[in-house]
Amino acid sequence: MKIPDLTELALRNLRESLLRNSLTTIGISVGVASLVAMLSLGIGLQQLASRRLVKSGLFDTVVVTSHRDLRGMGRDRDEERNAPTPGESRVLDEPARQEIERLPNVLEAYPDIRFVTELRYEDKAHLTMISALPESAKSIDAFEGMQGNFFSSDTAPEVILQKTFAEELLGKTPARGGDESNVADLARPLLGKELTMRYAQRAPSPAPASTTSAPTTNSTDSDLAGAAYSVVSREQRLKIVGVADLDPESMRGPTRAKVFLPLKLAESLHVMQPTDLREVSRAASDQPVYASISVRVKNPAQVQLVEDAIKKMGFGTFSILDATRSLRQFFAVLDLFLGIFGSLALAVASIGIVNTLVMAILERRREIGIMKAIGASDGDVKKLFFAEAGAMGILGGIVGVALGWSIGQVINLGTNVYLKRQSLPPEHFWAVPWWLVGGAILFAFLVSLVSGLYPAGRAAKLDPVQALRYE
Amino acid sequence: MTTAPAVSAARGTVAIRSENLCRHYRMGETLIRAVDGVSLEVRAGEFVALLGSSGSGKSSVLNLIAGLDRPTSGSVIVQDRDLAKLSREELAKYRLRVVGMVFQSFNLISSMTLAENVELPLRFAEVDRSQRQGMANEALQRVGLRARMNHRPSELSGGEQQRAALARALINRPQLLLADEPTGNLDSHTGTEIMNMVREFNRQLGMTVVMVTHERALAERYAQRMIFLADGKLIDDRPNAPTGVHSGTGGGQS
Repeated sequence: MKIPDLTELALRNLRESLLRNSLTTIGISVGVASLVAMLSLGIGLQQLASRRLVKSGLFDTVVVTSHRDLRGMGRDRDEERNAPTPGESRVLDEPARQEIERLPNVLEAYPDIRFVTELRYEDKAHLTMISALPESAKSIDAFEGMQGNFFSSDTAPEVILQKTFAEELLGKTPARGGDESNVADLARPLLGKELTMRYAQRAPSPAPASTTSAPTTNSTDSDLAGAAYSVVSREQRLKIVGVADLDPESMRGPTRAKVFLPLKLAESLHVMQPTDLREVSRAASDQPVYASISVRVKNPAQVQLVEDAIKKMGFGTFSILDATRSLRQFFAVLDLFLGIFGSLALAVASIGIVNTLVMAILERRREIGIMKAIGASDGDVKKLFFAEAGAMGILGGIVGVALGWSIGQVINLGTNVYLKRQSLPPEHFWAVPWWLVGGAILFAFLVSLVSGLYPAGRAAKLDPVQALRYE
Repeated sequence: MTTAPAVSAARGTVAIRSENLCRHYRMGETLIRAVDGVSLEVRAGEFVALLGSSGSGKSSVLNLIAGLDRPTSGSVIVQDRDLAKLSREELAKYRLRVVGMVFQSFNLISSMTLAENVELPLRFAEVDRSQRQGMANEALQRVGLRARMNHRPSELSGGEQQRAALARALINRPQLLLADEPTGNLDSHTGTEIMNMVREFNRQLGMTVVMVTHERALAERYAQRMIFLADGKLIDDRPNAPTGVHSGTGGGQS
């Protein structure tokens, strides 16, 4: 029989026992719906996680360091620049930064400035880690839910505090275990207030205390005998513009900063950094030299490429690429398990198909006998039952995908209502990609065909003489 | 496989030949010899009646000729095909192309309209949809049911259903018409109507007809030959001069 004829006859037969076939098809729909729901949850969570991670700046960041830390401390810089052999140590200075920034797929490269210093607020001193943020950091996730504003400009004498440091300033002890303090309550008394930062400035010798932007000079020129630069103690007044709810540097562990400055401002301060002591030899240079540079890559997938390119330039690199790999692995396993659980319902539904078709054979025994008597081959009968199973599978698959999608929408909506009540931003953690829609329908179709295998075989083998005798 | 119309089968040549045909089956401990060594010959264009009481094996012989069943031993050769040697697939093709069957209980598919029932064999024969329509119309026209083609079998009388079954049996232009008690469920008037049609097919289209019946009168009126069976054995084979029908006269149902 030809395919259009088969389809037509199959659909006609399905209509004949409408209730039973509808129930079976609904069974398949529920199975497909649960499969789609489970998988789209898994995919959605994965997308959410990678979206979050990209935004967090963890996975698209390469940290570049100079090999100089390890060797060749006394070597002439010019000589090095002339012979940039791969693997050779190179100074991580401004030209190098610009060179890195020009690499393909690199969004930006900015120096890592972080130092421990003292901050005064209402005559109380607090020692903390400070780090500098580029303007682009505004968009990263960590500043979601921040109170106040991001820096008004890259050179503004402004500061953003992390919530725990705000608590410290206000003399509150962090709540143990229970509810975290509300960031809005913390921010209210602090926003707009001023802090005084005391820091050690690295001043080129022999002309100390002549650098820019040092409003108050409390100079205690501690000239290191014979060293190429001097360290000057300075103060800088900073306005609190924001209090961050989340912890932007959570991945840095114990060295994470709780206070953030605009990058250009931090650079202009020439704060003495811990690594400077190791870089004594080039203190006289007019170009800034960096301990490390953070490179942001357009896409986490290109991190490896950029890392390789930077390594070729002769620098050391570090990224959390391996972490993304294991993350992907985790989601693959999660999807697999969700898929297995989702398929269970479909497996049950496939038993329903077998049952329905076996019943149909009993009921339509005579009809099968008639068809054989007037010339239907075993193959024709088999194909007809296959077509019926397949039609139920496709119909069930389509309805099931729609159902699964709706379930997803409802759960998404419900969760977002909940998130809103918890005053958290809404999230889209439900994704039904087109390949899942097509795949689910195809899968339902294949499962139905497999379910139809036994009944179709049985129908085909029916003895026409017996079948015609059957009333 | 030939699909030539029945008329081309030369009258007089052997259409069906069985030799020592046996069909035995077991029912529990006992061996039932439904057909037990039947040897017969039917010539092309002949109208033969298989007579016997119930359980005589006449329907079993018909099923063997129809290729619905396979012999336990012996052979049945229809138009040079040894049915025992055909595969299941080939047997299906044989039933589709060579044989048209009508039954006592009409055996139309209840969920289909008359037109769909009639064109069903054409679907198995993979005839194009456009052609099918015309052939079904023509066949229904021949049995006078053109006007009722879109009705379902349950909406028709028994006579009309059997006429539709005849149209279905004709649609593939078979050489052989096998009828199993075709008037068994009909009153004598409609039975006569059906039998007149069968005779018409036999005469005008040259179809070889084998009819199973337990009514001797019916056989005497239409058949050119009467073969008597009892307990699976052929007991008598005699020619008959069909008397034709005198509409309304009795003897239909005994």
